[in-house]
Formats: sequence, C-alpha cells, structure tokens
Amino acid sequence: MDAILLQILNGLDKGGAYALIALGLTLVFGTLGVVNFAHGALFMLGAFCAVTVQKILTLSLKVKDESITFFDAYKEQPYLELWFGDFGTKIIDWSVPISIVIAIPIMLLIGLAMERGLIRHFYKRPHADQILVTFGLAIVMQEIIKSFFGANPIPTPAPEIVAGSAPIGVLLGLGESVVYPWWRLIYLLFSGVVIFAVFAFLQFTTFGMVVRAGMHDRETVGLLGINVERRFTIVFGIAAVVAGLAGVMYVPILPPDYHMGMDFLVLSFVVVVVGGMGSLGGAVAAGFLLGILQSFASMNEIKDIIPGIDQIIIYLVAVVIILVRPRGLMGRKGVMED
Amino acid sequence: MSMPLLRNDWVVMALFTAVVLSAPIWLSPVGAGYPDLLQKFAIFGIFAIGFNILFGLTGYLSFGHAVFLGIGSYTAVWSFKLLTMNVIPAVVLATLLAGVFAVVIGFLSLRRSGIYFSILTLAFAQMSYNLAYSVLTPITNGETGLQLTMDDPRVFDSATTEGLPSTTLFGMDMSGYPGFYFCAVLLIIAFFISLRIFRSPFGLKLRAIKSNQTRMRYTGFNTKPYLLTAFVISGMYAGLAGSLMAITDPLAGAERMQWTASGEVVLMTILGGAGTLLGPLLGSSIIKYFENIFSALNDGQLHEIFAFLPDWLENIVVAIAGEFVGDGWHLTLGLLFMIVVIFLPGGVVEGIRRASAFVRNMFNKSATDESELSAEKE
Amino acid sequence: MSIVLSIKNVDKTFGGLHALGDINLDIEEGKTHAIIGPNGAGKSTLLNCCIGRLIPDNGTVEFEGKNMIGMQPHEINHAGMVRVFQTPEIFPDLSVLQNVMIPALAKRDGIFKFNAFKSLSSEKALEADAIHILEDMGLGEHILKHAGSMSRGDKRRLELAMGLVQHPRLLLLDEPTAGMARHDTNRTIDLLKRIKERGMTKIIIEHDMHVVFSLADRISVLAQGRIIASGTPDEIRGNPKVQEAYLGGAEL
Repeated sequence: MDAILLQILNGLDKGGAYALIALGLTLVFGTLGVVNFAHGALFMLGAFCAVTVQKILTLSLKVKDESITFFDAYKEQPYLELWFGDFGTKIIDWSVPISIVIAIPIMLLIGLAMERGLIRHFYKRPHADQILVTFGLAIVMQEIIKSFFGANPIPTPAPEIVAGSAPIGVLLGLGESVVYPWWRLIYLLFSGVVIFAVFAFLQFTTFGMVVRAGMHDRETVGLLGINVERRFTIVFGIAAVVAGLAGVMYVPILPPDYHMGMDFLVLSFVVVVVGGMGSLGGAVAAGFLLGILQSFASMNEIKDIIPGIDQIIIYLVAVVIILVRPRGLMGRKGVMED
Repeated sequence: MSMPLLRNDWVVMALFTAVVLSAPIWLSPVGAGYPDLLQKFAIFGIFAIGFNILFGLTGYLSFGHAVFLGIGSYTAVWSFKLLTMNVIPAVVLATLLAGVFAVVIGFLSLRRSGIYFSILTLAFAQMSYNLAYSVLTPITNGETGLQLTMDDPRVFDSATTEGLPSTTLFGMDMSGYPGFYFCAVLLIIAFFISLRIFRSPFGLKLRAIKSNQTRMRYTGFNTKPYLLTAFVISGMYAGLAGSLMAITDPLAGAERMQWTASGEVVLMTILGGAGTLLGPLLGSSIIKYFENIFSALNDGQLHEIFAFLPDWLENIVVAIAGEFVGDGWHLTLGLLFMIVVIFLPGGVVEGIRRASAFVRNMFNKSATDESELSAEKE
Repeated sequence: MSIVLSIKNVDKTFGGLHALGDINLDIEEGKTHAIIGPNGAGKSTLLNCCIGRLIPDNGTVEFEGKNMIGMQPHEINHAGMVRVFQTPEIFPDLSVLQNVMIPALAKRDGIFKFNAFKSLSSEKALEADAIHILEDMGLGEHILKHAGSMSRGDKRRLELAMGLVQHPRLLLLDEPTAGMARHDTNRTIDLLKRIKERGMTKIIIEHDMHVVFSLADRISVLAQGRIIASGTPDEIRGNPKVQEAYLGGAEL
C-alpha cells in the first residue's frame, strides 16, 4: 500500500511537467492549428532561464581564502555575498523561485517573437511543413543553448529549506518509511496552480471565451469580426510562458541539459494525443495519468513480469490509444480522427 | 527533365552510373574525393532515396525510419559475428529483416494518416530505441554497441589467428575504394529501382494518393496495400543503408535508431526536394559534405580563411563563424533546414528549376525586346 | 428490360432527422434515370448510400443482383457503379491526362497491383483511350496541364471524363452541369446524349429542368426524404402532386 502511494506521488510530479507542456501544445494546436515541435525547446529555455539567473546571482570575485594560512589560496566569492553578506547568500539560495519572476516576461517575449516571426506564416501550410520548420527551430534553439552552456547537465539546487523530504507517511498515517522530497511536492502544487490559472483565465475572461470559441470553431470566430490574429499571438505567448515555468521549476528535479526539450517533447506529444488533440482537460488528465503509469511501470515487481515495460509504457499507451480511439480520452468526436 | 532523351530510363541510368562511378575523380577538387566520405554519400543517398519513395510519393511523413537503419546495422553485425565476414549475406539479411519489421510497423502505423501517422512511427521508433538500450542488451550490447569479438563463431569462415577480421566481398577487403564501389553499385541499383517506381503506374498511383486519397477510394483503389508496399520498400532501403554502415565499420549502436536520426533523413529529403528523383541524393550528399567540412573546421582554420580581412574584422567574423562550425555544425543544419522549409519548400531541385526558368525568361525577354525594337524601326 | 440497380426500403436518419424514408427505386438497363427534388430532399444522401460513402439504417441496394450494403467504396467501384462528384474531386497535383489515367488504371489493375517496374509510357492503349475521352470532353488541348490550375468548368468536365474512362455499367452523376455556363451545359447535354446512345445506364441528380427533360427516360421526385412520384417525363410534368410539393404550383 505504501509502495503504491509512493508510486502515485512519484508519478504526479513528472505528470505535472507533462501536463504543463501538453497544455501549451494543445492550446496552440487547438487555436492556431499549428503543430509545434519547438514546444519542448520552450520548456528547455525555461529551465535555462533558471540556470542563467543562478549564474548571474553567483557572479564571483576571486578573493583570498583566509581559512588556508600556510599558502596563498584563492576562492571565488559571489558579489552578492560580498555586498549583502548573509542576505546575499539567501538570495543565491533562492535563485530558482526568483527565476520564475524573470522567466515570465522572458518567455512571453520569446513566445510572441516566435509567433510573429515564424509560426504566423505557417497557419495555412500543411501540418508536415509546420512540423518540419518548428523541428528546425528546436534544433537551432538547443544548439544556441549548447554553445552558451555546454553539453553537460547543470545542477541547480532548490532552496536549502526545502532540500529534504516531507514526512508525508506520518501525516497520512502510513508510517515513517513513506517520504517525499519537498521540492517534488512543491512542483506538484505549482503545476496545479498554473493549470488552475490557465483554466480560470480561459473560463472567466472575455479573452478566454473567445479563445475557447476559436478552439471550437475557428472560422466562425473569425467571421464575427474579432481580431483573431492578435489573440493567437497572445495564446502562443501564454503557451510559451506555461512551458517555460514548467521548465524553471523542474530544474532542481532534473539538472537541465540542452536536449531535455526534445526528450520531453516526444512524450508531451504522446500526452496530447492520449488526452485528445485540442482538448485542454484531456491534456492535463493524460499528463498526470501517464506520469503515474510510468512510475508504476518502473516498479521492480512489474518489471519482473514484463521486462522493459518501464522503457516503453508511454509509447505503448499512445499506440493503443491512437489505433483504438484516435480522438483520445477526452477529445471531441471528429477532430483529427482520420 | 525537359530533354526528351532523359525520358529514356536507360539513358538516365547510363548517365547516373557514369557520374557515380567517376565521383572519386570529379569530387576530388572540392575535397570529397576520398572513399570514406564518398561511401557516406552513397549510404545516406540510399537511405534518403528510399525515404523519398514513402514521403515524396505518398506524402506520409514517417518520423521513425531510423529504426530500420538500426535493424539493418544490427543484423549485419550479427551476420559478421555468426556467419561470415562476407558482406553479401549481411546485406541481404539486413534488407530482408528490415522489411519484415517494416511490414509490422507499417501495417499498424498506416491505419492512421497525417500527424497521427507521424506520431505512431515516432512512438515505434522510440520504443525500439529504448528497448535496444535496456532489455535487448543481449542482442544489441546496450550502450557499448554491438561489435566483433575474437571468440565470435563465424561458422563459414576459417578461424583467424591475428586480430579482428575485416569485412570482405569473397575475399576482397572492403576498406577503402573497394568499399566505396560496393556501396556505389548498390546505390546505382537503388536509384534504378526508384526511377522505375517513379515512372511506373504504381508510382503514379502513389502520387495520386498524396494528391487526394479520398478520391482514390472512390476510383476503385484500396489505398492501404499501396501505402504499405511503399512503406516496406522504403524500410528495406533503410535496412540496406544500415547494413552498409556496418560494412564500413562493423559496429552498431542504438543511437542510430534515435529520432534525431529519423529527423536527419527527413531533412535530407526535404533539402534536396521531396518527390523528385535526384533530390534526396543531392540533399544527403550536400548535408554529409558540409557536415564533413564544417564539423572539422576550428577557429585556427577560420583565421586562415579570413586572413585577408583587417584584423579587427577578422576577429569578429571568426567569432561569429566559429559558432557555426565544429560542434556548432548542428546549428548550421537547423538554420539551413528552416530556411529551406520557409523559402524553398521544393528543395534544391526546385531552386535549380526556378533559377533555370529565370535565366530562360531573361533570354526570351531580351529576344522579344529586340524583335519589338526592330518592329518599331520598321 | 433488366434491372441494373434496385434500391429497396432504404432508410437513413441523421440524429433525429429523417433524411431518407422507405426509398424504393429500380433502374433499368440503358436508361437515364433522373432524380429531382428541392434542396435537402435527400438526393445526395441517396447517392452516397449507393456508393458506400454512407450506410443506410435499413434496406438493401442491389446492383446487378448483388447487395452493395457494407461493401467498401473501391469494391463498389469495381462492381461497375461509378460516381461523378458534384464538387470536383480531382487530383490537383497531377496533370489532366494523369487524372484520367488513374481511374483507367483502377479499372484494369483492380484493387491492388504492384506494377512498379512497368513503364508508364508503355501504357499506350490506356493512354489512347484516356486522350480520346478527354478530346470528347473538349479537354484535348489541356492534357498536359496541371489539373489544379484549371477553371471550375474544366474541372467538372475532367470529373466526367474520369468517370467515363472506367466504362461503368452504371454512372451516377451528381449535378453534372451545376455552375456551368449555358453553352457549357448544352455541350455536356450533347455529350451525355451520345453516351446514352452507347447504352450506358445513368442516374442523374439535377436541378436544371432543361437538362433533366432533355436527357431523362424516367424521373423520380424526392421530397423530404421520400419518393413522391416516379414516371416518364410526361407523367411527371403533368403530375399535380409534384407541382405542389416541388415546384410550388408553378407550371413546368
């Protein structure tokens, strides 16, 4: 029982990341009708926002290391510590949460620029062209990141105060053996908040209403004389921000490297398809579902029965869903069912 | 293909054969006249030509064709390990086994079209890739990659005593030029088959599927077997290419199956011109050629190239250009890819066509201008 | 006279809407049978039920004694029942000649044939037939043109050529002259008359009464998913029920 609960929890944080990426993907697909293969790269860019912020905060001065007395030793000390002392150390410690504030405008700008500069010109082109050009863009983005940050994963820790594990076993009365890293718990809550915010935005604002109507029937909304194009740009910006935030917060869980976007992209597409193309609720549900499924498949008990299942479970689910129920779990009938 | 002579398959093949076999001579001025690189042209050419039979003719975009490449390589290496170092069984078995896998993957994937088809092929490719790294390690040797060892049985070969044997064609060592010519002959055969398909009723039907699949059904065709045939043929081409890679270097790794490898063949086909006969071969050769040059360049060489510039400008140019060479080659590739998709969806072949039409128009125009002028004089 | 197509008790509902109710229709060999009726009467639905695009809720569609219900569109095509579409469903990326070669190949090769090593240019007989029919349609000078770049009227004629090249036992024409200029319409009528002389059985759905009365041997009138009258053109012309339901009382 403990093990099962733990697997569910383990799946949830990964599922949160899948859900956030898939949410943006399906939002863009549903409104703009564009298949964006560069969406994973946006996730990756978000993660590197956090890396950059940390790098900037820890810009250091070479100072003499006083603790070593028998020869002249130097150590690097961040300017922030030199200027602000302990407060500076705190700021550095909190670099990941601070990055969120910075990542939002940056990701929004990147998203808007991407839509205006490239995606816009591909609305009318076939899906294959959209896939190809955004695939090219994803390569370009990740290569630029690689040339700045190198090819190796960059560990970027969470604040020290949440470094340990939450004794949720005790809280839930399941014994002390069930623990869960604080940061993962935070990630789960965070993704929940972002998802809720996106849904609330779509549900309760006029803008959101138009977007939802546009997902339902793009032509009619265009005919109503609403400036659809500008809204498309903003939708794309929102999707970029959501993907970016998912990336920022994921940094302490997985040290980012330049190709993390591609790894997540393929999975996120699978999530979108399983949830149902163009269904926001489906994307979120499928994200968590697949995250949990994946974490169950990695249990030794299950791997003993079906070797290798942990490696393929998500793709297997995708294949079965596409073949048996192409509209996905929650997709509307007739949308991309061919 | 406006010249009537080029309508004749045998004329085309004679030209093609002459061009391919003489490649070591006419490619040496541009620094590509050595067997390793030429062999790459031939191998990736076969891969792209096969991919084009599916994507170029039917419009079905597979993002998982690298699986067949990987299967071809593994099969070939196993053939070298178990049977013989002779390349013939390796090539034949690899092509056939890739075909068998293509039947299964194609049958399932072709139940859907459009993006769903792409994602299905991608899912199968990722599954194969992940499995090759994990539970299939006994067959694939995991991360290390499958390679020859001293205690391989090689039942048809006499035992060797010194070092690892190299691949042969009935005793002829397959390194250097013989290796290239072996690949070149297979490239010529592969191109010939592709040419015949392009100009056959079968090929026309495939193109009609791309143009309007619904109408095909009401015209009396069951499109599924046509698509599956095209899929299997292109899978076998990929398997063949994979086995040829193993002939050059008897080592097979799972990274050959990764989806970036599938993306590369898409890129080659698009760059050259999807749906054209020569495009895929052009595309793959261009990419492999520039990969070879660009990825080998370093800042020192760049300084030499741009030495004619004033020093301050030279430094700036080298700093910028440095991002695009060496490890930055993929950046160049990504940019190139975007530029082609945005501005030249027909690829290089389309570019050449447009350029020649432009030139022809210029001549025609100047001709008519002159006649108008002379008419005015009268 | 033998019956080529026999539609028996066909029903079709969409949601709650009764699109077709208890349709019974026999098409005689060599005859041109027109189906007329106001918009939304169910004409296209009936045609779609015949060629396998829709499956009726009830009833049978027997073509030369064989039930077609549940058969795939391509199987129905090979049985000899061919439809010409109202909105041109051509192959826009191919040449005009290739557009006609495709159905000709379908007729000869069957549902699937792997003739990948035969040269297309060696298909002289099929090509000659295709060119002949295109010339018949007045498309002779367009054969090498890109089909997608043709005018709408030319596309319609190409559609017709694609149907005719299969030499079908029964040709289903969905508004063959809709959207055509007068002289184009007359040309099409002449052409269809000539086909009729060759003894091809046809079903025509048409709005243009001029076309209907110059071609049809028999006419069935569909209104609100039901056949309200069937007979020779003269019988239909004089039928008060038809004038009431369909023409709003106006004289034909």
